[in-house]
Amino acid sequence: MMPPLSLTQSINSIVREDWGRILASLTKSLGDLGLAEDSLQDAVEIALVKWAEQGLPKSPAAWLITTARRKAIDSIRRDQIFTRKQSEIAFLTELEHSESEIDMDALPDKRLELMFTCCHPSLAEKTKVALTLRTIGGLTTEQIAKAFLDNPKTMAQRLTRAKHKIKLAGIPYTIPDKSQLPSRLSDILGVVYLIFNEGYSASSGSNLTRVDLSEEAIRIARILHSLMPEEAEITGLLALMMLHDSRRYARTDETGQMVPLEQQNRNRWDRSKITEGKELLAYAMDQKAIGPYQIQACISALHCEADNWVSTDWSQITVLYELLLRMTPSPVIRLNMAMAISYSQSTTAALEILDEIFPQLETYQPYYALRADLHMRQGDKAQARAAFEKALALSENNAERNFLKAKMQAL
Amino acid sequence: MQYLCLIYAAENAGPQRGDPEFGEFMQGYMTFTQEVQASGAFVAGDELQPIATATTVTMENGKLETRDGPFAETKEQLGGYYLLDCKDLDEAIQYAAKIPSAKHGRVEIRPVVVFE
Repeated sequence: MMPPLSLTQSINSIVREDWGRILASLTKSLGDLGLAEDSLQDAVEIALVKWAEQGLPKSPAAWLITTARRKAIDSIRRDQIFTRKQSEIAFLTELEHSESEIDMDALPDKRLELMFTCCHPSLAEKTKVALTLRTIGGLTTEQIAKAFLDNPKTMAQRLTRAKHKIKLAGIPYTIPDKSQLPSRLSDILGVVYLIFNEGYSASSGSNLTRVDLSEEAIRIARILHSLMPEEAEITGLLALMMLHDSRRYARTDETGQMVPLEQQNRNRWDRSKITEGKELLAYAMDQKAIGPYQIQACISALHCEADNWVSTDWSQITVLYELLLRMTPSPVIRLNMAMAISYSQSTTAALEILDEIFPQLETYQPYYALRADLHMRQGDKAQARAAFEKALALSENNAERNFLKAKMQAL
Repeated sequence: MQYLCLIYAAENAGPQRGDPEFGEFMQGYMTFTQEVQASGAFVAGDELQPIATATTVTMENGKLETRDGPFAETKEQLGGYYLLDCKDLDEAIQYAAKIPSAKHGRVEIRPVVVFE
């Protein structure tokens, strides 16, 4: 059973559940994200008072959207002399002829359009992340600021500036045409994966007041998947995140120290997440449009299937990295491939790759960690120690440093 | 909405007058101009004389100050512009990407203020 929630908490959770859907619909009809958000925020504040007195309405979402629309009309009427916008007038006329009761099921879902707006290439990376969490995820500005260890005021300014730019620069609320769709979709997926990774790397901080960004990213990916089920890379990303997330409780020990994949207690992996991730991956592969997220999900799935580190199917993982590398060339992917090769072929072959990518990864901590590991496995203690020391010097995080020290002491 | 597409490039970048590729480069501009004229997006567009011809003016304490040269001494300079009427920023971006100088310079897209 769920713990009893306070009325405010339960109202907030209802609001958050429907926030993206309502906001997207209001934004589409008003043609103005800022106005839509302000109106919805007003409606929520009224709801907190009214619902506490009179109980929840039959359809809280319908109530919120009706109230938000009224608030929008008020504010358009107030500002009518200054801004006479065709779209807003059309919205008013439409409202005057619409029925009072809103059927949420019949309301077109416009979250995808809004998502393309929030992840528009003309916005800065951090702005895209914040906007997506605010508009689609329904997080408050304070929650987003906290999640990124940012000042709430700075975050609020960032969001306000973004809404201004969207309005003044004419960033549309539309699904891009076919020629733009693949690259724009990959922008969106990049933002969602960034949110996930932010949560993934921060979760060891065990700060209970912070929103779980990994869960938030999965939730947003689920929305995207439900809106575009035939887009294989959306499904691939969702699968990848589920598979990564299955290892959440094995990734840190009792003291909060990071545990690398190699040493994780595999009994602590979440089997239901693995099953769902693999099902999603199979569904994505059926669409016959392979892409980087699906390949990474395949690699993650192979790790999930292995009984232990050494018996992992390294030759298949090597092939998958080769494929990934052809789609998205990057020295970091080559580094990961070198690790797979050290098991599927030899440590010597892996070290050859490391020599080749040295100029690009000269200051990259995992480069030296792998180099140390390879030398250690070859029995070359001196070279291993030198690489460990370089890795230690580059490490910015305590858990990682302790892990490296322990390995170095085992030499 | 109207968007001003400001074309920035280093003056010695890209094909120069007299280069064998210059004809093709100018043809690219003609083709682009014809395209935006035909689609109705074209409002205005011009090439500017080089920065050596620029004069910068300011009124300091009510006194006119003129200075030889452009507003900012940067490597990439404003070399021309198009004023385009587009449905939204996406359309403006698609046009801007087709401006031949985008290959060796940058195009800044600025929405024009509309007074209602």
